[in-house]
Amino acid sequence: MAYALLFSVFAISTCGLVYELTAGALASYLLGDSVTQFSIIIGVYLSAMGLGSYLSRHIVRNIISVFIEAELLIGLVGGCSAAILFSVFETAVHFRPILYSLITLTGVLVGLEIPLIMRVLKNRFEFKDLVSKVFTFDYIGALFASLLFPLLLVPHFGLIRSSFFFGIINVLVAFWALRLFKGEVIRPRALAAAGGLLLFLLTAGFIYSEQILHFTETLNYRGNIIYARTTPYQRIVVTREQDSLQLYLNGNLQFNSRDEYRYHEALVHPGLQAVRAPKNVLVLGGGDGLAVREILKYAGVDSVTLVDLDAEMTKLFRRHETLLRLNKGSLNSPRVTVINADAFVWMKENDKKFDFIVVDFPDPSNFSLGKLYTNTFYRLLYRALNDDGVIVVQSTSPFVARRSFWCVVNTLKSVGLKTTPYHAYLPSFGEWGYVIASKRAFRMPGSFMADLRFVTPETARLMMEFPPDMGPVDTEVNRLNNQVLVRYFEEEWSRYVH
Amino acid sequence: MSIDSPHPGISRRSFLIKGSLFIASAGGIISCANPLAEKKMEMAGRIAGGNWKAGHLLTEQTRLSPLETERTGIVIVGGGVAGLSAAREIMKKNQQDDFLLLELESNTGGNAASGSNAVSPYPWAAHYIPIPGREAVFVRELFEELGVIEGYNGKGLPVYNEFHLCADPQERLLIHGHWQEGLVPQLGMSDRDKRQYDEFFGAMERFKKARGNDGRRAFAIPVDHSSRDPRFLRYDAVSMSRYLADNGWDSEYLRWYVNYCCRDDYGCRMEETSAWAGIHYFAARDGVAANADSHAVVTWPEGIGWIVKRMEKDIQPHIRCNACVFNIQKLGDELAVDYHDVRRGTTVRIRSKAVIYAAPRFTAFRTISSLRKRLPSYAGSFGYGPWMTANITMQGTPEGKGAPLSWDNVSYHSDSLGYVVANHQDVSVRRKKTVLTYYYPLTSGEPAAERQRALQRTRQEWVELIVHDLSRMHPAMERSIEAVDVWLWGHAMIRPIPGLIWGAARQEAMKPIGKIFFAHSDMSGLSIFEEAQYRGIMAARQALKTTAAV
Repeated sequence: MAYALLFSVFAISTCGLVYELTAGALASYLLGDSVTQFSIIIGVYLSAMGLGSYLSRHIVRNIISVFIEAELLIGLVGGCSAAILFSVFETAVHFRPILYSLITLTGVLVGLEIPLIMRVLKNRFEFKDLVSKVFTFDYIGALFASLLFPLLLVPHFGLIRSSFFFGIINVLVAFWALRLFKGEVIRPRALAAAGGLLLFLLTAGFIYSEQILHFTETLNYRGNIIYARTTPYQRIVVTREQDSLQLYLNGNLQFNSRDEYRYHEALVHPGLQAVRAPKNVLVLGGGDGLAVREILKYAGVDSVTLVDLDAEMTKLFRRHETLLRLNKGSLNSPRVTVINADAFVWMKENDKKFDFIVVDFPDPSNFSLGKLYTNTFYRLLYRALNDDGVIVVQSTSPFVARRSFWCVVNTLKSVGLKTTPYHAYLPSFGEWGYVIASKRAFRMPGSFMADLRFVTPETARLMMEFPPDMGPVDTEVNRLNNQVLVRYFEEEWSRYVH
Repeated sequence: MSIDSPHPGISRRSFLIKGSLFIASAGGIISCANPLAEKKMEMAGRIAGGNWKAGHLLTEQTRLSPLETERTGIVIVGGGVAGLSAAREIMKKNQQDDFLLLELESNTGGNAASGSNAVSPYPWAAHYIPIPGREAVFVRELFEELGVIEGYNGKGLPVYNEFHLCADPQERLLIHGHWQEGLVPQLGMSDRDKRQYDEFFGAMERFKKARGNDGRRAFAIPVDHSSRDPRFLRYDAVSMSRYLADNGWDSEYLRWYVNYCCRDDYGCRMEETSAWAGIHYFAARDGVAANADSHAVVTWPEGIGWIVKRMEKDIQPHIRCNACVFNIQKLGDELAVDYHDVRRGTTVRIRSKAVIYAAPRFTAFRTISSLRKRLPSYAGSFGYGPWMTANITMQGTPEGKGAPLSWDNVSYHSDSLGYVVANHQDVSVRRKKTVLTYYYPLTSGEPAAERQRALQRTRQEWVELIVHDLSRMHPAMERSIEAVDVWLWGHAMIRPIPGLIWGAARQEAMKPIGKIFFAHSDMSGLSIFEEAQYRGIMAARQALKTTAAV
């Protein structure tokens, strides 16, 4: 019996270390910066174990029962920890407090175990033997876990399944102890029932861990996720890779901070610089505030109206510190009005006129988005544009989706707008296309503000050159009742992706 | 697609011709005394249908003596599309207020009835109009007035308001577990099927262009503009299914599609549909537009209810709803129209110079005294099919494998006609909730028997049937459904059985009785908007001529 208990020390210790390693790996995976994450996790975990050991002195009666209860609790908390952390990461506003409290709880419970087991065994061994045996098994277990974890568990089981597996082992240890000390345990039936329930829960988790992981999706991103949220409209994920930030909407990259200035300078400056004394600017889409950041560089602009569907998106880019550094707090400027509305519906109601309109919607990859590229929508833009004003439309890649790009051009033309297509090279996206549309003929400005990193008179001239592989093609006009653009786009991008 | 166009008045006053059991008229809501008992299908909703209590008066032969008497120039009986069109024509032509429109229901509209909830307005029946062709002059004029046609391009082609043209994607069909684009089955076709498709649609194209020896188009809308060349009229003597068989077209898929079209437009199976009517469905529509192809349709969230609301605007002061006309008789030089005001419980007699009878034709056998006294020989030719329509409010949108959610969504494997997305025309990017208008013509048996069966079903039974059918198209959809509202149309639309359109009965029934002029799409034998409007306007012109002469 004594050796049986010592073996359980080995098992307990393996489990304990696995939980610690899981938490460390998960934290560095989700939060990045593995040295910091591992150090903090180990520190928190060990000190929590110390706290557990300290607290063990307050347990004076029913030691065996408490030991079994602790085992069951560790099985529950430790076993589910990876699944809990992965799932709450998606939605939790404050992830770290949850992470550290879970680690602390596990640590305290694991810290209770060894002192309790030593007290159970104290009458069966001499003190020096007891200490030597318990710690030997404890450290062998640790070694076993630290080898098992990187070599077998992570590559073959994954974090979620591994922690469920060791939760099951904790519960089995509790059952074993229940059998060994049959006479001494109070309420053995209740404990057995709780154990059975836990065993069922953890086994289910173990079996369905794939599905749980699938929910989390976090493995899809290259960088470390620093923000993730599902809104009624889309899934927003911000990742960090080394010192750059990426924004993904529904898994599609929207910008990479390494080269987003190219995209946004090219989107805003050619058009806006060409407008004489611009006062009122409208931005449709662009809830990241990066286009607005460029617009606010024009001191004469009094008012920028930004219409973005998703309140969560604009909220994020008005509050998140790292992101505020990126957009220079543009959305919080007193010159900016943020409206969370559907752009088409808002435009139908709108009766204001603007000097410059930025249309920065996601690509027309489905019929809902395709509506925002129709002649009907462009007619509303026409109505909202001052006679000397300029519209700019982001219009997918003229290299990958040549027909789609020229379809946007032709659709703008069909409502009586004069068009000036251009393109820019973005390392993260490749060749990207824009169309300027205006009521009067447009001339590319001969000079731009000084501090731009990408747009200059020379690059602007180049942007208007279309080599033969991206040159104009005939297309139909995109209408609500034919949605040809979505069909072009789907065909062209699927060819490119596959 | 579904009920092609509104059929003014149809359900407003539908009743069983034989046994005077029940009159399904429209409008009223049969309150559900026994809300769903089973928890599984416990969904909000209601069952609606005819104002049959009021309609009952017709069959009970109750002759209430009128208390009040009024006078007016012309009385229009029935406020569906035909009645409203007649009223508008009178307003336009004589500019005076000397007419009244009596409507049994609490609202005008007939088969163009519509409703609405927090998510969207929705139709109860007719929900679209194909873009009008050459002969449909009245429809084009109306469209111009309402801004549906915004102008004409350099080539003289109408430019349609693109918010009204049905947005893409328009149609999809669930077949062999996969949604395909378009309703003509494509998946799993053999070469033989394809050849028959080519032959059939080729023949329909030729009919579209064909002209008779009288120079008229073989198949036109309005029906009366069609050629009388016996070469074409002979198709009215056989059924559509017979026509297919005679040409050796036995492809199961082709037959499914043609049968679907007959049920969709006429509410009867192709075995019961006149081949002339069946071909008319494919060959009559030759609409053109500057900004849409010839198959385009215009539609609104509330269906043709959108048009009805605008049609009735100017004539509102002349409309009396809840007016159950039970007697029309000659009184000296005048006509007496007696109606029971269902709301107030009073009975009123209106003396007029002429009557435009724009209610379903079969009701005339009960209301017009001379017909009541001697049932005409043609009475039996007018048969009507029952329908069930439902509006289903759900969270999210019903998607599926293959083609994306479209305006019209049909399953090859279902007995229903599938569903139309009421908020399809909504331009917002993301719909949180969707209203589906579900159509089910009850064609498995004889109309009378089907009608009986339909009325005996409880709302819960209907809901179960609908949800079961939808779940076969979209597994697990049940959980997203918030409400199911059901409407029973006892006499939804006239059945163009062989012989109805070009036989003697319709010609007889069209003839005015004294100064009573008949205006209902029944008089064309096809329950479509264009015919209802045409009949209304023509009857108004006849009535105006007589009253002017007086």
